[in-house]
Amino acid sequence: MNRIAPSADPKDTTVAMRGMVKRFPGIVANDHVDFTLRRGEVHALIGENGAGKTTLMNMLAGVQRPEEGEIFVHDKSVQIRSPRDADQCGIAMVHQELMLAEALTVAENVALGLRNLKWQIHWSSIERSIEEQSRVLGFDIDPRAYVWQLSIGQRQRVELLRALMRGARILLLDEPTAVLSPHEIHQFLASLRRLTAQGMSIALVSHKLEEIVQIADRFTVLRKGRGVVSGVPTASTSQTELASWMVGQKIDKPCHDVRSPASDVEVLDVHDVHACGDKGFEALCHVSFKVFAGEILGVAGVSGNGQRELADVLSGMRPITSGRITLCGNDVTHATPARFLRAGLAYIPENRRTQGAVTSLSLAENLALKTYRQPPIAKRWGLSRKEMRSFARRLVDTFHVQAVSLQQPAGHLSGGNLQRLILARELSRPISLLLAAQPTRGLDIAATRNIHDLFMAQRKAGVATLLISEDLDELSSLCDRLIVLFRGRIVARFDRASFHRDAIGRAMAGIETSA
Amino acid sequence: MVMLKWHLEPRLDTTTRQRWIHTIASVAAALLVGAILLAGAGVDPLEAYVHIIRTGLLSGYAVSDTIVKATPILLCALGASVAFRMKLWNIGGEGQLLLGAWAAAGVALHWLPPTTPSLFMLLTMMLAGALAGAVTCAIAGVLRAWLHVNEIITTLMLNYVASLWVSYFVFGPWSDRGFPLTPSFPKGATLPRLTDIAASWPALGGMTAHAGAILALVASGVVSHALARTRWGFEIRVLGQNPTVGRLSGMNHARLTLTTMAVSGALCGLAGMTEVSGVVHRLQDRFSPGFGFMGIIVAWLGKLEPWRMVVVAFLFGVLLVGGKEIQPGGVPQMLQGLILFVIVGSQFWLRFKIRVARTEPTS
Repeated sequence: MNRIAPSADPKDTTVAMRGMVKRFPGIVANDHVDFTLRRGEVHALIGENGAGKTTLMNMLAGVQRPEEGEIFVHDKSVQIRSPRDADQCGIAMVHQELMLAEALTVAENVALGLRNLKWQIHWSSIERSIEEQSRVLGFDIDPRAYVWQLSIGQRQRVELLRALMRGARILLLDEPTAVLSPHEIHQFLASLRRLTAQGMSIALVSHKLEEIVQIADRFTVLRKGRGVVSGVPTASTSQTELASWMVGQKIDKPCHDVRSPASDVEVLDVHDVHACGDKGFEALCHVSFKVFAGEILGVAGVSGNGQRELADVLSGMRPITSGRITLCGNDVTHATPARFLRAGLAYIPENRRTQGAVTSLSLAENLALKTYRQPPIAKRWGLSRKEMRSFARRLVDTFHVQAVSLQQPAGHLSGGNLQRLILARELSRPISLLLAAQPTRGLDIAATRNIHDLFMAQRKAGVATLLISEDLDELSSLCDRLIVLFRGRIVARFDRASFHRDAIGRAMAGIETSA
Repeated sequence: MVMLKWHLEPRLDTTTRQRWIHTIASVAAALLVGAILLAGAGVDPLEAYVHIIRTGLLSGYAVSDTIVKATPILLCALGASVAFRMKLWNIGGEGQLLLGAWAAAGVALHWLPPTTPSLFMLLTMMLAGALAGAVTCAIAGVLRAWLHVNEIITTLMLNYVASLWVSYFVFGPWSDRGFPLTPSFPKGATLPRLTDIAASWPALGGMTAHAGAILALVASGVVSHALARTRWGFEIRVLGQNPTVGRLSGMNHARLTLTTMAVSGALCGLAGMTEVSGVVHRLQDRFSPGFGFMGIIVAWLGKLEPWRMVVVAFLFGVLLVGGKEIQPGGVPQMLQGLILFVIVGSQFWLRFKIRVARTEPTS
C-alpha cells in the first residue's frame, strides 16, 4: 500500500487531549490519558476490552463528558458537551454499535446528519451525492435501500458516508474492520488512505494488530484506563511488539494442530436448503452440508453472503422455502427455536446485545435462560431464586465472567465478558451442536483465545460445531473442514490439509467455484 | 482555587428506597402544583387538602369509603400491570370490568337460582366475572399473537363494545320494570361488608368496605409472587424486554401473549364482579366512573410493582372520596393527572444523579 507521508510536524496537531479522566461507578475508565492526532495521519488506539479506548473516543465525540482534562482542537481549547459540539469541531465518530435508524433508507439516514438542510429536501441530489461519494471510496451502497436490509458491513459503510457528508475532518472509528471480511478490509484501509491524503485525521480503535502495522502512522496503547505509551510511530514497531504492549505479556499463537479424527456420528444434516432474506430475495440456495460429532466445520464468506440467514435457519428463527434439516436424528425442517433447543442446539448469535442476552435483566436471570425449565431451578410452577443464584455463581466462576454482582444487569458487562456469559449459558447443559456466529468479533486477544480454547474443549468432548466467521485466522486455526458461502451458495469446500489462504480468499470473492 | 462542578451521572441501579422516595416526592410536587392551580381558582388550597384528608382518611368511615373506591382500581391496576410487563398495552380494562360485572350479574340474577348457598354463588360469580374479562381481553390477545393486530386499538375499541353490551342488557332483557338497571341481587350474591357484622362489633356499623378489598390484596400477593417467582412471570419479563432472546430460549411468544392477556383481562373482570356484588348490588348503566382507566394510571405510578400499586390505589381512593365535595368539581381528576404527569416527567432522576465534585482547575 503506497503511503503518503502524514505531517510529522507537531504543529499540525489537529486534536490534543491532555489528562483525560472519566470514572464510571466502580471503575476508572480513563485515568489521566493523553492523546494527540495530527493532520493526515491514522493514529491507532489499541488495548484490551475495557481498557478505556471507546470512552476516550466518546469524550472526543461529545457522547460522554470528561471529569478532568482538556481538549484542544486546532490549538484552541474547546468544551465538547454534546455530539453537536463535536460536529461543530468537525469531529465525527463511527461507533462500534452502529447508530442508524433501521426503518429509514440510506439517504434518509445520511440526511439526518446533514446541516443546512433546506425546508424542502431534495432527495435526488442527496442520493446522487451518496452514490458519488460511495463510488470514490469503493463502497457499493444503494441510497434507496432500507438500512434494515443491509448487512452489518454495509451499514458501517453508511455510517462512514454519513460522517463524511457532514463535512467531518476528524474521524473517530471504533473497531471499523471488526465487521468486515478480509477483502473488504483491504478496500476499507485503502479508502482510509485516500481520506488522509486529503488531509483528514483518523483515530482508529482496533484489535487487529496486522492492520495497525499496515495502516497506522502512530499508535497509543491503553491498559486498564491508563496510557501505556502515547503517539509512538508504527514504522519502528513489529506486530509482536505491539501485541506485547497491549496485553503486557509475551503472547504465542495458539496451536491446535495435533488433532484427533472426527467421529462418523452425523449430528447435523442440512440438505438442499433454500431460504429468503429480509428483502424477500433468495439468500440461501442449494445449501447442503453435514457436521459430525467432534469436528468443527467453518463457514467462511464475505459479510452478507447468506451467513446471517444460515444462522437464523439453523436456530429456527427463519423459515426455509425448501430442503430438509435433521439434527441428531430429529427432523427440524420447520421447527420452532424451542425444538432446536430440545434437540441439543447451543447458539452463540452474531449480535450479543440484541440476540444473545436480555441486557436489562440480571446476570443470574440471563444465565438461567436455557435451563429454567428443568430442576433444580424449576420447581413445579415456580423458579427457585436460590438455585438460580448458585447456578449462576458456578457458571460465573467456571467461565471467569468478571462481574460486580449476580444481580447487575447483563448490559453493563463489556463485550468480552458478555460473550463469556453467553457461552457459559449455552454450554451449561448437555448439547450436541454448537452454532456460533462471529463469536470473537470485537474481542481482545486474551478473550478470543479463551473462547477458542472453549471451542476446542467442546470438540474434544464430542460436540459438533458450526463456526460462522469472517476471520480467516480463526477459521484456519480451529476448523477441521471449511465451506465458503458466496451469494447464498456453497462455492468451495476445504479439508484441513488443503487450507490455503489464497484459495479460500478466491472462493470468498467468488472467483473459484470448486464445490 | 477549588471549584465546584456539577455533573449528571447515570445511575446504574436504583434501590427500592430511592424508588419510594421518588414516588413520594412526585406526589408532593404534584400537590404543590395543584395548590397553585386551586389558589388560582379561588379556593384555599390548604383548606381543600385538609378537607380531602379529613373526609378521605381521618375517620373509620373515611378509610372504609376510601377502601371501597380503591378496591376496583387496584384490581384493574394489577390487570394492566401484568400485560404491561410484557409490553402488551391492554387499555381495555374498563371494558373488561364492565363485562366482568355483566357476567357476575348474569350468574346472580339469571343463571343460578336465588336460593343458591352464598359461598357457592359468590365463587361462581367471581369465576364468571374473571372468565368474561379474560375472554374479552383474549380476543385482542389472539389477534395480537397470530395476526399481529395492534392490541392498543383492539382493547380500546372493545371498551365501546362492552359498554354498549351492558347498556343493551340493562335497558332490555335484564331491565327492572323499564329502568336502566337490573333488580337487586339476592342476599346471597352480595359480598359481605363491614356493616354486615355490626351486630358483633357495633363500631363497624355503617361501614361499606366489602370483602372485595381482601380479594384485591390477595390478588396483589398472587400477582407479585407470580411475576417474581414463577416460570410464567420470568417468561413475561424476558419476552417483554427482548422477544428475540425469549424465542431463542424456547419460549412460545404467541401462547404467552394469549395467556398474559387472558390473566390481565381476568383481573379487570374480577374488579367488575366486586363492584356490582360489593357496592352496587345490581348491574346498571354507567356504574363505573372509569375504574379501568384509573387502573392504568395506578399501574404506571406503581411502576408495575403490585405492593406499590396497593399504596397508590389507596391514595387514589382518598382523592376520589375526599375530593367529591370540593368546588369547582374535578379536583381529584386534576390531582390524579398532575401526579401522573410529575411522576412520568421525573423518571429522569431515577436514571441520573447530580454529582458535585470539587476539582482543582487544570492549568
